[in-house]
Amino acid sequence: MEFAFTEEQEMIRDSAESFLQDVSTSEAVRTAMATEEGFDAELWQKICSDMYWQALHIPEEFGGLGLGYVELAVLFEEMGRRLLCSPFFSTVALGVNALLVAGNEEQKAQWLPQIAEGNLTATLAYTAKNSWDADSITAVAKKEGEGFVLSGQYKYVPDGHTAGLLIVAARDENSSGEESISLFVLPANTAGVSRTWTPTMDQTRKQAEVTLDNVFVESSNLLGVAGKAWSQLEQVTQLAVIAVAAEQAGGARQILDLTVDYTQERVQFGRTIASFQAIKHRAADMMVQVECSKSAVYYAACVAQESLFCNDKAGEQVAEELPVAAALAKSYCSDAYFHCAAEAIQLHGGVGFTWEYDPHLYFKRAKSSETFLGNGAYHREKIAQAIL
Amino acid sequence: MKISFSPEDEQFRQEIAGWLKDNLKGEFEELRHRGGPGDEHMFPEERKIWEQHMAQAGWTCPGWPVEHGGKGLSINQQVIFHEEYARAGGPGHMGHIGEGLAGPTIIAFGTEEQKKRFLPGIVDGTEYWCQGYSEPSAGSDLANVKTKAHFDEASGKWVISGQKVWTSLAHESDWCFVIARTEPGSQGHKGLAFLLVPMKQEGVEVRPIEQLTGTSEFNEVFFDNAVTDADNIVGKPGEGWKIAMALLGFERGVSTLGQQMHFQNELDEIIKVAKENGSSEEPAIRQRIADAWMGLRIMRYNSLRMLSGGADGSLQKEAMIYKLYWATWHANLGKLAMDVLGNESEILDEGPYELNRLQSMYLFTRSDTIYGGTNEIQRNIIAERALGMPKEPKGR
Repeated sequence: MEFAFTEEQEMIRDSAESFLQDVSTSEAVRTAMATEEGFDAELWQKICSDMYWQALHIPEEFGGLGLGYVELAVLFEEMGRRLLCSPFFSTVALGVNALLVAGNEEQKAQWLPQIAEGNLTATLAYTAKNSWDADSITAVAKKEGEGFVLSGQYKYVPDGHTAGLLIVAARDENSSGEESISLFVLPANTAGVSRTWTPTMDQTRKQAEVTLDNVFVESSNLLGVAGKAWSQLEQVTQLAVIAVAAEQAGGARQILDLTVDYTQERVQFGRTIASFQAIKHRAADMMVQVECSKSAVYYAACVAQESLFCNDKAGEQVAEELPVAAALAKSYCSDAYFHCAAEAIQLHGGVGFTWEYDPHLYFKRAKSSETFLGNGAYHREKIAQAIL
Repeated sequence: MKISFSPEDEQFRQEIAGWLKDNLKGEFEELRHRGGPGDEHMFPEERKIWEQHMAQAGWTCPGWPVEHGGKGLSINQQVIFHEEYARAGGPGHMGHIGEGLAGPTIIAFGTEEQKKRFLPGIVDGTEYWCQGYSEPSAGSDLANVKTKAHFDEASGKWVISGQKVWTSLAHESDWCFVIARTEPGSQGHKGLAFLLVPMKQEGVEVRPIEQLTGTSEFNEVFFDNAVTDADNIVGKPGEGWKIAMALLGFERGVSTLGQQMHFQNELDEIIKVAKENGSSEEPAIRQRIADAWMGLRIMRYNSLRMLSGGADGSLQKEAMIYKLYWATWHANLGKLAMDVLGNESEILDEGPYELNRLQSMYLFTRSDTIYGGTNEIQRNIIAERALGMPKEPKGR
């Protein structure tokens, strides 16, 4: 047991921190968020070719760096701090994780090297409803000849309108619940796929609706076993919410720092407002939540690491904690980020309510990331089911 | 970063768990889960005997260096020790102030003679300690100490006069470490000394404080020309504050994990009640139980971060939030316990005022957010030291 970062992990953080500080400035974020694509393609290529982050936890045999989930969580935390606008989250937390969890060796060999090279972005689409459980999957997969015909709709798909590769869930006709769900991987330009950007309140992370209209895919596009994919999809979303939680922890930390800096400058009644206990105590409460968020994320990242890559008995035991560790991290960090971002606006006073100052960017990301894949209450209920 | 324990550490877990299973029985059976916070007044004599029993097997002060009578356990093994001790329902340590505070302070700042004189009594469970910090006018403003001490050349002893308050276990203690003002006319944290004072003497009087629980764990301690030997000062006169503050850093060590297992036992009891009385089906209660469960896990993760990093002893951010976090969490747990019990929360086991375990915990948690630095003081510390915000203006 060593619950501290290694030197190498600290180096990854330091280089991410300085890189993002330069490229993901408030100005850069505002420029990218105003576009429909939602990211600067040139910057994304720079990330892929110079930083190689998209390849971080892809195993070396598939062209990746073969690093782990703790390193990945560090990156997500730093990206969350800077509200980086990029297809990194959708490609890595959703796409790569889905391929690692559900793909066979051929499928991994086909798709992961393309992602690792920076030539392909990816995302995951499953819900058609205003929820995230198994019943939210309404798209239908019908066996036809040597393949399947997919039809249906997907909502709230991160970067769904720009991703090059789609991983989609679909169910057998007339089935319900967790039974008869399958996962497929298909290029976004497959005939019958249409995608529409959905304008969102949080402009830093784009969403789309995806429609499949009698899309034919080969059997080789089926991930895992037909009709048995729910548990794999659950594992993918658990891994993904840990990534979201890491971004949230980073965002909460950054908005605390911004707020403390602002209160140190703002003078009223002849003193900085940071000198008032009413302000100090609220900042202190924010810090408690920031530090607890980090602890929850780091622990969950260690669990995620074992869940994806464990090779011993102690690791297997840890891996079993994934459902609760993920629910805990997402629940805590969602509420903590929202709290900190809301406090940031309050403690900034009037300027916190303007478009010009940054707190609203964090406040909006806090809410969108809280909602995505289930809010705090949703995940607390999952924990309640596990312990009651 | 890795959260699983090595096979060697797991073997150590078997060893301590096995020893506790074989020993915490018979005459000690009644001590299981007793003597923790809110229950410290129970079975003091029996718990001292248990402490000596543990000492004979070498299980007291396991984290201390071997040269000072400890087992020299690694941090990981100490984590395991505290977890297994609490899991087995090990009784509250009578010697925890000696083991966790007085001993480490003497090891860090004491002379060789002081180490020889005081450490063995802590290790073998024959000498017990209490902490003489707070005073009626030195609560949150701890540096406003009024207790005075002077060195009497004639008798060659330190002479101490003043009043301490909120002193846990004072009536069960043999020694007290006292911060006293040795420089007449000095103010604040200057001019203080850290003295080791025997409790069993004419000049020391202990009066229990009746708490809102109806029980007494805290005391007032009156020093009226109490004396201690010339050698019983740690550091020099004037260094008392520095040593007292360093000691507070020792408070946030591995023993926090034992405290957490104690909290887990309380939470388990609440969950049991919730399942029995059906409140576990109510969505609002389900959310709060899940929240409490999560909060306790996060407390553990915070501790593991605290223990794994910062070997230089400097107080990290995660250590600064610890007190505020656990005290607030525990107070919420107390309220949750009563809400789960519902109408039954009012009904006592027997008159005139016999509280059951959850009722006692509920009431006692009101002290958690006050003693050892109130939540408000903790927030000041976090804002000033961790976030670099301006210090509170002083009125003197």
